[in-house]
Amino acid sequence: MKRLSRLRRHRAAGPLLLVFGLLTIGTTFQVASAVTNTTTLNADRSAQIEEGKQLFLKGCSSCHGLNAEGGVVAPSLIGVGAASVDFQVGTGRMPMADMSQQAMRKNVVYTPEEVHALAVYVSSLAPGPEIPGDELLNYERDGSIAEGGELFRTNCAMCHNFAGQGGALTQGKWAPSVMGVEAKHIYEALITGPQSMPVFSDKTLTPEEKLSIIKWIKHAETEPQLGGVALGRVGPVTEGLLVWTLGIGMLIGVAVWLAMKAR
Amino acid sequence: MSNEIELIKDPGLPAHQHRRTDVDERYAKIAERQVAILFLLSVAGTLLLIYSYIFIDIDTFIFIPIFGDQNAHQLFLGLGMAISLFFIGAGAIHWAKQLMSDEEVIAQRHEFRSDEEDRTELVKTVKEGAAVAGLGRRPLIKRTLGLALGLSGLTPILLLRDLGPLPGDELTKTSWKSGTRLVTDPGDRPIKASDLEVGAVAQTLPEITGEDKHRKLSDVAKDAVLLIRLRPEDFNLDEERLSWTHEGIIAFSKICSHMGCAVALYEQQTKHLLCPCHQSTFDVTRAAKVIFGPAARPLPQLAITVDSEGYLIAQAPFNEPVGPSFWERSS
Repeated sequence: MKRLSRLRRHRAAGPLLLVFGLLTIGTTFQVASAVTNTTTLNADRSAQIEEGKQLFLKGCSSCHGLNAEGGVVAPSLIGVGAASVDFQVGTGRMPMADMSQQAMRKNVVYTPEEVHALAVYVSSLAPGPEIPGDELLNYERDGSIAEGGELFRTNCAMCHNFAGQGGALTQGKWAPSVMGVEAKHIYEALITGPQSMPVFSDKTLTPEEKLSIIKWIKHAETEPQLGGVALGRVGPVTEGLLVWTLGIGMLIGVAVWLAMKAR
Repeated sequence: MSNEIELIKDPGLPAHQHRRTDVDERYAKIAERQVAILFLLSVAGTLLLIYSYIFIDIDTFIFIPIFGDQNAHQLFLGLGMAISLFFIGAGAIHWAKQLMSDEEVIAQRHEFRSDEEDRTELVKTVKEGAAVAGLGRRPLIKRTLGLALGLSGLTPILLLRDLGPLPGDELTKTSWKSGTRLVTDPGDRPIKASDLEVGAVAQTLPEITGEDKHRKLSDVAKDAVLLIRLRPEDFNLDEERLSWTHEGIIAFSKICSHMGCAVALYEQQTKHLLCPCHQSTFDVTRAAKVIFGPAARPLPQLAITVDSEGYLIAQAPFNEPVGPSFWERSS
């Protein structure tokens, strides 16, 4: 114990603790993202509708109503389309964990087959946006990175940040990061407008333009950090925080050393 | 008790405390070596800088815990320069603190005035110089020099003209006219009402007509308009403002009435528009009424309708200046 208390009073203890604290804050920027795999299944459609209905009654109907007509806490799902279900359930946003401001991305509860069955069931209620097929989503062939960057800055960057890192909205809601999101889910979000996000119609933002945006996002994900530590790529907030804490902290340290009398 | 106040005596300087390095030559030797080590570290930093400049490829990336993949060339270039400069300073400070003399010295203050002798000498030199130059005898030179100096003084005053001219009606007018089509930004495609689903938004600009298809940035900064489609029953507008919408499509200037940022964070569920700069929040259903934040006015609404071909057009120009306040603004 005596040794511990001597260590605690050591001259270097304060600065070391500061460095330790800063490192801890720094590591919290590292966020791992989950990767999901989806395969399409060509089963009998009516059997899928039936399977989807059973899953819906068990997992969704308590909020969305027995016939998907909506309720006090949840919207009607009639006419939202398969794309909406595939996005909300396929990214783990639905079912919600709690009634907070916003459903967030989390581990997917259902298997890809079950997600597909749910989507088929909901789209059988009324027509809506369909899940984009692999042929449509060939963004490497049909997209253009430069055009995608321009479109992203005009249409997406105000909420999702200029580097696609996400940002704050009102009253605790936020626009999530678009890094590491499957091309299919980005496309579905654009055509269905999940939660706070508005819809981007095919006439005002053509399918080719949507693919360009996806291609730009995929390019931004793999872009090397040529400018050094990216600090979350959110611009002056983290950069300023670092300068005001670590930078000025180091200057204060040097100033104290300069003024200290030698013994 | 006597009432006499005793003068405080000058205590003089406290006794000088000698450092370890002053009294013990062993410590002085150690300090000398420490300073040398600091300078050698600086040398190592410079060598690191030279090495990474010449030998590390510009596209080499190495993994560093916490920070992720970093460009090795840039990293070691910067580290080398930082080490090189920092340890020169650190060595110099350590040297000064440990080894250079730290005896207190009294420096006397003097009056800031030259000797009387020097002052008369200067006046004499100036007078002699003027006499040699012969300014008094050659009035032509004196006058033209005065003219040249005086005119050159006008230059900075003339350059003040670049502060103008006044913007005139530039701040109150946009490119929107009655009948101007709304086109997508970017893409410049005209938009039909049926192109927008409920909950959809579109970033638009006025269609450019004429030979020159080039947009001026100063126009884009005023003309940007956000189109939003709601269910018509969601609107809570007066008769006039409702007639400015078309089948649930409403158009607002994208330029914030507070400081001119682009307001386009539309929340589909709450039907709020949020400005990312200072969090001014506008309620789309109530003609962009300010419900939070520093903005003093709603966003200007553009009256829209459709033309004979079914494309969305402006009914009329904006009825108020877009963007932030300025001195000459009427409201």
